[in-house]
Amino acid sequence: MEEFMLIFRHEDGTKVASPEQIQVWMKQTMDWIGGIAAQNKFVEGNGLPFADSRVVHHNNVVTNGPFGEIKETIGGYIIVKAESVEEAVEFAKGSPVLQGDGNTVEVRKVDRH
Amino acid sequence: MQQGLFSCMAQAELIPHLFRTEFRKITAVLCKVFGIEHLEVAEDIASETFLSAMETWTYKGIPENPTAWLYLVAKNKAKNYFQRNHLFAAKIASQVKYTASGSEEPDIDLSDKNITDSQLQMIFAICHPGISKEAQIGLALRILCGFGITEIANAFLTNKEIINKRLFRAKEKLREEKVQMEFPGKTEIKKRLDTVLTTLYLLFNEGYYSESQDVVLREDFCLEAMRLTYLLLENPSTNTPEVNALFALMCFHASRFEARRNENGEIILYQDQDESRWNETLIAKGAWFLHEASGGEKLSRYHLEATIAYWNTQKQDTPEKWESILQLYNRLLQICYSPVAALNRTYALAKANGKEVAIAEAEKLQLTDNHYYFVLLGELYTDIDNTRAVTHLQKALLLAKTEADKRTIQKKMARLEAV
Repeated sequence: MEEFMLIFRHEDGTKVASPEQIQVWMKQTMDWIGGIAAQNKFVEGNGLPFADSRVVHHNNVVTNGPFGEIKETIGGYIIVKAESVEEAVEFAKGSPVLQGDGNTVEVRKVDRH
Repeated sequence: MQQGLFSCMAQAELIPHLFRTEFRKITAVLCKVFGIEHLEVAEDIASETFLSAMETWTYKGIPENPTAWLYLVAKNKAKNYFQRNHLFAAKIASQVKYTASGSEEPDIDLSDKNITDSQLQMIFAICHPGISKEAQIGLALRILCGFGITEIANAFLTNKEIINKRLFRAKEKLREEKVQMEFPGKTEIKKRLDTVLTTLYLLFNEGYYSESQDVVLREDFCLEAMRLTYLLLENPSTNTPEVNALFALMCFHASRFEARRNENGEIILYQDQDESRWNETLIAKGAWFLHEASGGEKLSRYHLEATIAYWNTQKQDTPEKWESILQLYNRLLQICYSPVAALNRTYALAKANGKEVAIAEAEKLQLTDNHYYFVLLGELYTDIDNTRAVTHLQKALLLAKTEADKRTIQKKMARLEAV
């Protein structure tokens, strides 16, 4: 069994969702993760909120947040157990992040050695 | 004559009762004096004390204060043992912490405080990470709860020899690991408490879910697990949110003791229970301790399971109930996977999001050696595809082990075939 990180990329991190939308999205995310955990394939996960984010550049130049210069932002990740990258991709397909046009889930194998 | 008969009857009930409550106390206190590596000596002295009681009380009648009598006799037997066994005495004397100064005999303190302290230390000693869970539970039942070997064997559906062997190995392990009778230090207590709570949780489950037919004994296991958990709550350094959550969980489960069996002692499933037989006092107690548990930062599996158990005391189906249960299972599975939780989560998913969604998720679980998995699939396919529902129930029937489970499945099949 390998471990894969599913990285949620949002096309436009500056978009603000309504509280109702956030609630729906939270439930969908929890149900999605719960479904993976019910198969004993969930390892860990974290949301990466946009507040209190900085980018440290070459020569230690610090800018506010990852927004503006780059269009894409990372909204969070989870790590799953899977037999193959194909199985991890099947998990990723269920992510509610993909309901947003232009959003992506990047699937990367975790090197534990 | 009549009085003699009464005292005879009283004695017949009194000694087993005292054995259950006092054996473990005497053993714990003696162990603290001798060191847990001499657990057998402590057990033997405690057993001999009860043997003396049986012999003496039969002829002389029950003493005015039976417990004090037992303590005095246990003390004397321990002192005699100490004097008779010079070798043992020499080995122990250097280690005994509670030797009264100037005397070579150990001071055996059977005060309430020392009994409680010794029992707490005994809990930590037995629930040592170096000892297998199975052995911990066996030792806990014997040493902390005072159950007989036959009773333990009955609960585990096995024979006395196997239990004796298991206990023997566990005691050897206590010696090998050089386990001490002491309260763990502040930094260590958190880690050690985890093991203790797991064992108490398993001890409770052993009673609650055991397939043994002896219902009274099974409930005794649960009550003992609750008593030991309560012992932790009474001590400030172990009165943590997690312990409160575990105690709340036990209260909620225990509230259904009465309702979960019929007059023949057979298990009545949750959905068929008469909720008027649920114990309101225990439900209220559970709610109180769950509230007490909310102080910490960490949301443990016991918090999640206790909250699920709380929702299960609300029999009325509401969207809020099932949505809450679903989200609690979603979180529980992330920190602590178990097939049972996965199946229950899928059932809650069906109630909250609909059967079609749940069927798709259930098919992914592939718990094909678990009869409950096929019971769940049967349940989910009912009214959607009854032929499939029956096929799944047939598979469940083949896998079911107990007669009670088989009967439940057959009833479900009969209901489907009648449609």
